[in-house]
Amino acid sequence: MRHLLILAILVIAMGLLPIFASNYTLRLGTMFAMYAVLAQSWNIIGGFAGYPSFSTAAFFGLGAYTGAILQTQGVPMPIAWISACLVVTIFAACLGIAILHLKGHYFAIASLVVAEVLLEITTSWTDLTGGGMGINLPILRISIEAQASLFYWSMLLLALLALGLNFWVSKSRIGFALRCIRQNEDASAMVGINTTFFKVVGFALSAVLVGGAGAMYASWVFYIEPPDVYSVLTSVKPIVMALLGGAGTVFGPIIGAAIFLTMEEFVWRSFLSIHAAVLGLIIVGLIFFLPHGILGLLSDIKKKSIRKRGSSPGVEE
Amino acid sequence: MLTAQILLNGIVLGGLYACIAVGFSLVWGVLNVINILHGSFVVLGSYIAYFAYTYLGIHPYLSVPLSGIILFFVGFAIQRGVINRVIAAPVLTTLVLTFGLELIVNNAMIIGFSADYLSINLQNPLGSKLIGGLVLPLDRLVAMLLAIILTVILYYILARSRIGRAIVAVRMDAEAAALMGVEVKKIYAITFGIGAFMAGAAGSLLSLVFPISPLNGTEFLGIAFVVCVLGGLGSISGAIIGGLALGAIQSFGALWFGPEHGLTIAFALLILLLIFKPTGIMGRKGYE
Repeated sequence: MRHLLILAILVIAMGLLPIFASNYTLRLGTMFAMYAVLAQSWNIIGGFAGYPSFSTAAFFGLGAYTGAILQTQGVPMPIAWISACLVVTIFAACLGIAILHLKGHYFAIASLVVAEVLLEITTSWTDLTGGGMGINLPILRISIEAQASLFYWSMLLLALLALGLNFWVSKSRIGFALRCIRQNEDASAMVGINTTFFKVVGFALSAVLVGGAGAMYASWVFYIEPPDVYSVLTSVKPIVMALLGGAGTVFGPIIGAAIFLTMEEFVWRSFLSIHAAVLGLIIVGLIFFLPHGILGLLSDIKKKSIRKRGSSPGVEE
Repeated sequence: MLTAQILLNGIVLGGLYACIAVGFSLVWGVLNVINILHGSFVVLGSYIAYFAYTYLGIHPYLSVPLSGIILFFVGFAIQRGVINRVIAAPVLTTLVLTFGLELIVNNAMIIGFSADYLSINLQNPLGSKLIGGLVLPLDRLVAMLLAIILTVILYYILARSRIGRAIVAVRMDAEAAALMGVEVKKIYAITFGIGAFMAGAAGSLLSLVFPISPLNGTEFLGIAFVVCVLGGLGSISGAIIGGLALGAIQSFGALWFGPEHGLTIAFALLILLLIFKPTGIMGRKGYE
């Protein structure tokens, strides 16, 4: 109930933003929604199933290029976005079948390298993708303000879909199966969970909205190039956000995305030349001081205070 | 003749790749940590060689121990101070942590040395020799031989010395090793240090072959990934065979597909291997 209340306040605040805010704030709002999509999507495979996936950049880049290429061919923007979701989902399902039998570091490396291979293919396939020159997308014939709020609303809708997807997965059989896999994959298989099937489904679900976010991003910024959309940081940031908020929880990734964006924006503005190092410091600090994320920290504090109140004097715990 | 020449170039490159990968493989095998910093360690080694040559006139062959020892202490300190605290955490934690450290080190290098490409121009290069129609690039050949010698020395250290046996014991079963009186955390730090030593030494040797820039770190890390998976994780012979194989494959790949696709071919190969034969060519073996 309390969660729903927080959510309602958040949605109303986000809804009022375009009325009062400047374009800059609206841009930040769009970034926040995009980060929330990426972090929540990663949460399905990385948080619920515990698979260290570094393939967000691959899905994001593939979605961005699918959307961009379709749009330059004259396909209307919304259809290009939906097609990007479909293409990326199919790609993720095939990739999942191929690499989800790997565990631990092997899976991490395989998922990390996929983005590099896609980057190289995209750069080399000049006829289709424009190669290293990148792609210019068709300009929208509406005012700058209208564009800003259009992409804001679209991205926010995607973020709400991502939240709904997380909520649904966590309540459904899929979420149950993925949590079992995180705890002990062999035991899950033993009690009759079709682990391969659920892992592939989880992986595909973690990709579908990332593909959409990539395509929206491409339409939003009008110009994409391979190193921009396939950057390894696109894979790492969602992980950091999810860990920051609390991986494997429904609301953790959103909270993490908000905190991360605030820090990133501050760092970008104040220390441009060392922003990578500051990001590194944030990561190191996160792992040492917040190993279970903010939500983990809150529940620890709650548990402690309950224990304090519950234990009567003279009784050893 | 062309084929033989390309094979030779590939093998020369492959020996250096083996030297890059062997330290990475050791750390992965013993600590179960993927050290994303490894590529930057190699680059740091190259910078040490560059400065030693430019300001002190020390030939890169001779700066190998210097880079190695400096990097050993860097690695030892990082492991002791930072990574050891979360060594038992899940894969994701150590992976993200070393990634964060890599961002810091790489950013520091870009600020300290700038991202411009530097290269060492030897005053008296050995040049190249024509034998039986094959061009032997002598500078590189010696670098490759030194790399292989270092790798073999590491093999003997692990197989014969007290500390080496302790490392192998920790790799096999850390708890049992602790019960036998091995200080596991110290061994972890030493192993990480040795991994960094090999990276630094490789960096010194590579300064003769590749231009030096912080931006190259990713490529060296990628090479270490591929060699480890190709040769099989955790064995030194695997790293040598994987390195030589990757060198040869890249050289032929450059011939058939163009030199700019070298790393792509390696990565595509990596994914195929992970899908079909994740244990690598040599299978899974220890450090014996």
